[in-house]
Amino acid sequence: MDALVSLIHGFGVLADPANILYMFIGITLGVLIGVLPGLGGANGVAILLPLTFSMSPTSAIIMLSCIYWGALFGGAITSILFNIPGEPWSVATTFDGHPMAQKGMAGTALTAAFTSSFVGALIAVLILTFLAPLVASFALKFGPAEFFAVQLLTFCSFIGMGRESPFKIISSMMLGFALAAVGIDTVTGQLRLTFGSTELLRGFDFLIAVIGLFGVGEILLTMEEGLAFKGKIARINPTVVWETWKILPRYWVTALRGAAVGCWLGITPGGATPASFMSYGLAKRFSKNGDRFGTGEVEGVVAPETAAHAAGTSALLPMLTLGIPGSPTAAVLLGGLLIWGLQPGPLLFVEQKDFVWGLIASMYLGNIAGLIVVLTTVPLFAAILRIPFSIIAPIIIAICAVGAYTVHNALLDVTIMLIFGVIGYVFKKLSYPLAPMVLALVLGDLAESSFRQAMLISNGSLTIFWSNWLVGSICTLALLMLFWPLISIALGRLRRGRMAAPAS
Amino acid sequence: MDRQDEQHSPAVVSNRTMDIVVAVLLMAVGTLVMWDSWRLGLTWGLEGPKAGYFPFRVGALIFLSAAVTLIVSLRRHGESGAFVRWDQFRLVLQVLIPTAVFVFAIGYLGIYLAMALFIAFFMWWQGGFSLVKIVPVAIFVPVALFLMFEVWFLVPLPKGPIEQWLGF
Repeated sequence: MDALVSLIHGFGVLADPANILYMFIGITLGVLIGVLPGLGGANGVAILLPLTFSMSPTSAIIMLSCIYWGALFGGAITSILFNIPGEPWSVATTFDGHPMAQKGMAGTALTAAFTSSFVGALIAVLILTFLAPLVASFALKFGPAEFFAVQLLTFCSFIGMGRESPFKIISSMMLGFALAAVGIDTVTGQLRLTFGSTELLRGFDFLIAVIGLFGVGEILLTMEEGLAFKGKIARINPTVVWETWKILPRYWVTALRGAAVGCWLGITPGGATPASFMSYGLAKRFSKNGDRFGTGEVEGVVAPETAAHAAGTSALLPMLTLGIPGSPTAAVLLGGLLIWGLQPGPLLFVEQKDFVWGLIASMYLGNIAGLIVVLTTVPLFAAILRIPFSIIAPIIIAICAVGAYTVHNALLDVTIMLIFGVIGYVFKKLSYPLAPMVLALVLGDLAESSFRQAMLISNGSLTIFWSNWLVGSICTLALLMLFWPLISIALGRLRRGRMAAPAS
Repeated sequence: MDRQDEQHSPAVVSNRTMDIVVAVLLMAVGTLVMWDSWRLGLTWGLEGPKAGYFPFRVGALIFLSAAVTLIVSLRRHGESGAFVRWDQFRLVLQVLIPTAVFVFAIGYLGIYLAMALFIAFFMWWQGGFSLVKIVPVAIFVPVALFLMFEVWFLVPLPKGPIEQWLGF
């Protein structure tokens, strides 16, 4: 099979010792980032992105994606030991993970979490390996209208599937688009929304926004509860690992379901966070031990972790093949690709085979390496969190400031980062979701130019969006997603009406 | 989690108030976007949609969605919960204000010196550490970052008087 041959070629690219080194550095940094609050997956990748400008794109993305895996693993450590989710997608892991730690089963919980993550990611990578070239060849049929339709689907899914008020989601998303529009318009060369300021000519960079929203904002939020990290001690020794591995296969159904949910939500952008919650909810409903969830059930850890990792990994599929990121971190990686001059899409698979398959190969190895790294270094990372917050917090903020500065060598960016930090803090507290804003910021220009090109082709008529079966079906799906909450309410009423009738 | 604390410390502002404030601000932003787009042209030019076409609709959506949130929030009565309590707010400000000063100082002192002072200040003020413990950390972190960025990655960071004096 073509895909296997390319994959083996990819492993060849990976075999370069420098790349292997970058892989391990990436994973270690990633776990550290996942463990520390304020440096999240998206944030950490954003900060380290400018550093990779001196590397070749292949090495750079290998390291960055390994940071991503590391962060996926690391988030579970703080969730279980400290009841503090290191990442948004680790929140669901705290539900059963921390109670397990409190019962003295921290080692079991951690092993279960890491192994589930590994399984979830592995399944997703397998799907990615075989599906990616298919989607890529399929994507050649995509014209501007189709691209816009997919982006529309992305954004409508956020509105339809989000748990927050749809109007807040729309506000947040549109704010992202507005911020993306600031600066020079690529088509006409006119200045938009700069109000005469030369500094704003550059526009708002999504990296600054991410570092501010997710980094500084997170620290401000954490500060509310005070500075203490009270954590449980964890000992992972081979015995615990082995024992846990013996009982895990019992939950294969949960794991598979979690992986399926994760892959679905990674590809149709939702991301790791909704995936973890959905998987937890489903497991709770369908499991025999459902009512014991929340008291420390292993299954309650398996479900969200498989889903979160599967989603995080499969979010790269639409990112590579269509240029649609499935999660905020994938959005940052996408931004990185664009900065390096690589155009995601079908041509990427043809013109940059080394890059793509090196990356996919690194996902396999990165996962294995990640599992080994976390299983062996948990006590070390737990110890880091014992460092008083009064030392860690300023260091994290300083690193964020450095990260913000290195993007464009602009001092103003650091101030903008701070402003975004406050925005992130306020928005999170008022339930304005941040992910749509970031996605809109990254994709805004692309979406707009797709739309304009499509309009040019159709001479101003919106019917181009239903002109062929491909774009039409995507648009219909988008509208379906957009109005899903209304539709499901209507369906629910219908069902109840039908059920009530025979009874009476 | 100490939920009893909620009764002890009053709220700075309620969720409902903040919702209203943010909604109004967003409506203002939306209006701004629409206004600027109007200047650029909303409809079709020679090469297709004018520069203001897309942003105008975006601004309109911001305005409308924020307006709905505003109406919903205005109509909400009853306990909406505290947006932030005073004890929490104090803690947040304790990070926010030094950070703002730090960001401001970068332009004048260079990032390394500003960082050293920031870390030192924080450790002293929040952690109550003695000078003996503060100085090594406050020196180590900027130096480590200096080596990492300036030397290894060759990425220049803003420098101030001390670095210039040292010849960088």
